[in-house]
Amino acid sequence: MNAPLVYAQAVFRYLKAAFPATIPVLSGYWFLGLAFGVLLTTSGFSPWWAPFAAIVVYAGSGQLVAIGLLLADFDPVGMFLTVLLVNARHLFYGLSTIERFRGWGPWRAYLVYSLTDETFAVFNSARVPDGLDEKRYLTAIAGMDQFYWLVATSAGAFAGEFIHFDVTGIDFVMTALFFVICLQQIESKPNRAPALIGFGASVLALVVLGPDMFLLPAMAVILGLLLAGRSKLEGMEVAGV
Amino acid sequence: MADWQIAVMFLAAGLATVITRALPALVFAGRDVPPVVSYLAKVLPPATMAMLVVFCLRKVSVITQPFGLPELLALAATGALWFWRKNVILSVLVGTALYMVLLRVM
Repeated sequence: MNAPLVYAQAVFRYLKAAFPATIPVLSGYWFLGLAFGVLLTTSGFSPWWAPFAAIVVYAGSGQLVAIGLLLADFDPVGMFLTVLLVNARHLFYGLSTIERFRGWGPWRAYLVYSLTDETFAVFNSARVPDGLDEKRYLTAIAGMDQFYWLVATSAGAFAGEFIHFDVTGIDFVMTALFFVICLQQIESKPNRAPALIGFGASVLALVVLGPDMFLLPAMAVILGLLLAGRSKLEGMEVAGV
Repeated sequence: MADWQIAVMFLAAGLATVITRALPALVFAGRDVPPVVSYLAKVLPPATMAMLVVFCLRKVSVITQPFGLPELLALAATGALWFWRKNVILSVLVGTALYMVLLRVM
């Protein structure tokens, strides 16, 4: 067999293995992506900005915020700072994956660039099938997720005016996905205290500060509590209780 | 806004996004990760997933109709189904379908 064919077969094998793990993301990105694309063109922008944004930005909430700012004045610094704040939670994903991705070279560059909430969530729950290489498997997941986003945002932008069915509430697929991965993680006992800290601190910050302001303070409290409880939590890790 | 200005705005948004994702890796590039970071890499994922659930539900009001009941019931069903069948996709899709129905009837 010739080399390109062998290569194509390997790529196909990884995509096939990774596809099931991406199905919840497919459902969610289909809806969120359509919503973004429709918003983009109804705001008066060319639909071609949809694939452009799906590649240079590739962040759901970041892109939605960006449309709002694009309707105001030309202010790249304001855009930069706003998106930095909106996406600050990604710092936690980068921090959690430093050692896992280490030494993966160009694979790592793509995995870090494409690390959305949803892809990070799937990385935390997917088990690498036997006989497959972890970095290629994760890249297949990340690549498919970005492909869904690219297609869905473009479809919304180019064909949004022809879409007429009511899909209100389908964005709940993300909430349900994060919730199930939470449940999956707290099956392992050492994860329970950190999950409780994440939940408690977020609810507290939300109640005190309201939905628009709570995320960064919640992150700070989570980080503070995790660091303060380190000796105790690491003890649980070792003891396995 | 001119096309080049729109492009620059999207590039600024993209730069900010990639910085949030890559900063930790860049900070510790080419040196050993201190034990505290290895520790955080273990405890942050469960804490972050719990935070994301709250983030998704941040706009839900428990003091006005329908009092967050569609979310509560749909998550309860999602969780129950997951404990029963241990199938992520099944739980997520059934939970979402139930939520969409509840939104329309409650």
